Amino acid sequence: MADHIIAPRDLDWHPKPLAPDYRSSLLRSPNHTRLHYDPTVTEMTGPTFGHGMLGPDDDDLIVNYAQAGEAAIGPRIIVHGKLLDEDGRPVSGKLIEVWQANAGGRYRHKKDGYAAPLDPNFGGCGRCISGEDGSYSFRTIQPGPYPWPNGGNDWRPAHIHFSVFGDGFAQRLITQMYFEGDPHIALCPIVQCIPSDTAIDRLVARLDMDNTVPMDIRAYRFDIVLRGRGATIFENQMEGT
Amino acid sequence: MMADFKESPSQTAGPYVHIGCVPTFAGLQGMYGGNDLGAKMITGDPNGSRITLTCHVIDGDGVPLKDAMVEIWQAGPDGTYGPTEGFSHWGRQPTDAHSGELVFETLKPGATAGQAPHLLAWITARGINLGLTTRIYFADEDNSSDPVLAVAGDRQATLIAQGGDGSYRHDIYLQGAQETVFFDV
Ligand SMILES: [Fe+3]
Repeated sequence: MADHIIAPRDLDWHPKPLAPDYRSSLLRSPNHTRLHYDPTVTEMTGPTFGHGMLGPDDDDLIVNYAQAGEAAIGPRIIVHGKLLDEDGRPVSGKLIEVWQANAGGRYRHKKDGYAAPLDPNFGGCGRCISGEDGSYSFRTIQPGPYPWPNGGNDWRPAHIHFSVFGDGFAQRLITQMYFEGDPHIALCPIVQCIPSDTAIDRLVARLDMDNTVPMDIRAYRFDIVLRGRGATIFENQMEGT
Repeated sequence: MMADFKESPSQTAGPYVHIGCVPTFAGLQGMYGGNDLGAKMITGDPNGSRITLTCHVIDGDGVPLKDAMVEIWQAGPDGTYGPTEGFSHWGRQPTDAHSGELVFETLKPGATAGQAPHLLAWITARGINLGLTTRIYFADEDNSSDPVLAVAGDRQATLIAQGGDGSYRHDIYLQGAQETVFFDV
């Protein structure tokens, strides 16, 4: 078999399955280590989603759940960046889905009972498909921090959840985006599951004044990187698996 | 590989993954036209045998997760990854909020390039820091020479759905004596 068509994953870079300070991981983390095999055609292929499935406001959380003529409450922001692979190449035509709490830190979910009120004009989800150059963009409101039951006085930093597809299903990734300067980043047991500050920093979006629209909406820049893709597909992929 | 372009570190999908991935299930009426992506894998009248796969994802206390989401990616009946008219090869299901059950209605995959028929499954939920990748094989197929099952060794039974005649059950155990094999692939 040739070099991996999808680059190996550095499991030491990601959070470990068991993170005792994140209580939910205690009963949900496998005890065995993950067993390795080289990606086969199953892992090197994946679903594709066309622009045709997108509605006109799918990428605009400010209005996509709002009554006609109304808008979600909160600081207006653009979240944008590029979907890249580990070789720095754009990953184009891939589905990116986001979800988040409203400006008060409340999710539109039956299980969220936080005291902050729902915003009738905010649903909290959006989606788009990356462009030719890997670029993507959403309009939304800045989510609020929120408390969560973890046994102590735990508050999530303001964050936006991201779900991302790649060319191969092995590149599938769910992660979270944080905001530059948020003091809760250093305090959050979920963020701090990530072993290194360098890795955590990759999830921190930067205020982007160049793309901020005067008197309208601020921009934050957040690039997402998926596992690298080899340049060549060999015919004997399965040999040596 | 440049350090600046290392894979983005994973974070848990959290308890509200449904809002982003299955918003109609989450109660966001009308979002995305009321269609949750991946809910229906069979969208036309494709050739092949239709199967129902019923799963639970079970925690270390033996309790089914009520807030998980599972995706599958699979070959079609011809053993290829398509595209196949009327069939998506990819499905996404949340576990039921009360029973923890989830059901995929799909086509039985064919054997693929030296591999026995299988589904690739990916499990995310609150408490899972990096999505868990596993495979699901079928008890009524010849799995004896599958190279990935060989990797699983004496734990390979945890990867094989039970049943037949178009109806299969498969529980994914996150911990314990029956812990499912998860892969780094
Ligand atoms: Fe959250």
